[in-house]
Amino acid sequence: MLQLSNDSSFDTAGGMETGNLRDMAELNLSRLITTAADTIAAHAEELTALDQAIGDGDHGLNMKRGFEAVRSEAEAFSAKPLPEALKAIGTKLVMTVGGASGPLFGTLFMALGKEISAAPDRANLTGAFGKAIEAVAARGKSQVGQKTMLDVLQPVHDALLQGRAPFEIADIADAAAEATVPMKALRGRASFLGDRSIGHMDAGARSTALLVRTVAKTVGESA
Amino acid sequence: MSNVGIVIVSHSPLVAEGTADMVRQMVGDEVPLAWCGGNGHGGLGTNVEAIMGAIDKAWSEAGVAILVDLGGAETNSEMAVEMIGEPRSQKIIVCNAPIVEGAVMAATEASGGASLKEVVATAHELSPS
Repeated sequence: MLQLSNDSSFDTAGGMETGNLRDMAELNLSRLITTAADTIAAHAEELTALDQAIGDGDHGLNMKRGFEAVRSEAEAFSAKPLPEALKAIGTKLVMTVGGASGPLFGTLFMALGKEISAAPDRANLTGAFGKAIEAVAARGKSQVGQKTMLDVLQPVHDALLQGRAPFEIADIADAAAEATVPMKALRGRASFLGDRSIGHMDAGARSTALLVRTVAKTVGESA
Repeated sequence: MSNVGIVIVSHSPLVAEGTADMVRQMVGDEVPLAWCGGNGHGGLGTNVEAIMGAIDKAWSEAGVAILVDLGGAETNSEMAVEMIGEPRSQKIIVCNAPIVEGAVMAATEASGGASLKEVVATAHELSPS
């Protein structure tokens, strides 16, 4: 799906003008979907615990339900061209995750599908990812610094722009999720708690980091 | 029906149904009305598919005003409107108003044949901001 080739030409800033990500065709989207669903399922209780601290406690279950629904149609999704596959995955997440996370994660994938090319190079991927972040921000009427998934997405976008390698991007995403702990929530249910939201990691930031690591790992291995 | 339709979206099916009940008793049957609530799995929450269904049910060529409770209801309603797509999405507005008072006032306005813009404005007058 998101080809973050660890070809050395991508490892330095300024490497983004290099050509097509040559392994795109070999990337097994079906396997990526399965791995993502496995990851979410393995962390469902952790996500729910994070959400219970400052939200309504359904994030793990909701995400698991959504990704299981995507998993059940993995073959059909992966038979589509990448943009269509991402849009279909986004729509499925909107319909199955529920809560506010459904539209937010769904919008991320739908907007990514709208902007990405069938065989993206890093410049196209980075641009599409930037547009997708804007769409998520608009959907949630939120911005960076409000203790949300955007606080992971934006640093990941910056890392893509800098030509970072997949494993670096995964670490950056984890650190960014960790950095939501001292933040005060300004959007979503957690914002009702005001200062009491400080000291807990945002569940959406954590699930975003988990997905970023899954993509980075799958792409890193196949590159 | 040519009057603007009203859709009520709450995290709780009981709140949504109760609000719709108030609209029916206080305003009557002159307004297309639909409600939805709950996450579709027996818990509290809102669900895009159910919201799209409610919009269909309350659909009017004059448009539809949606009344929501907490944040996720608004996010999911906006998503539902986007997925319904144009041209119908041009005639659907998510109101910034308290759900019960907003639904009753908006329906009252709609029952007199007011435009979508007028119905939404009436609901918005109830909002503190």
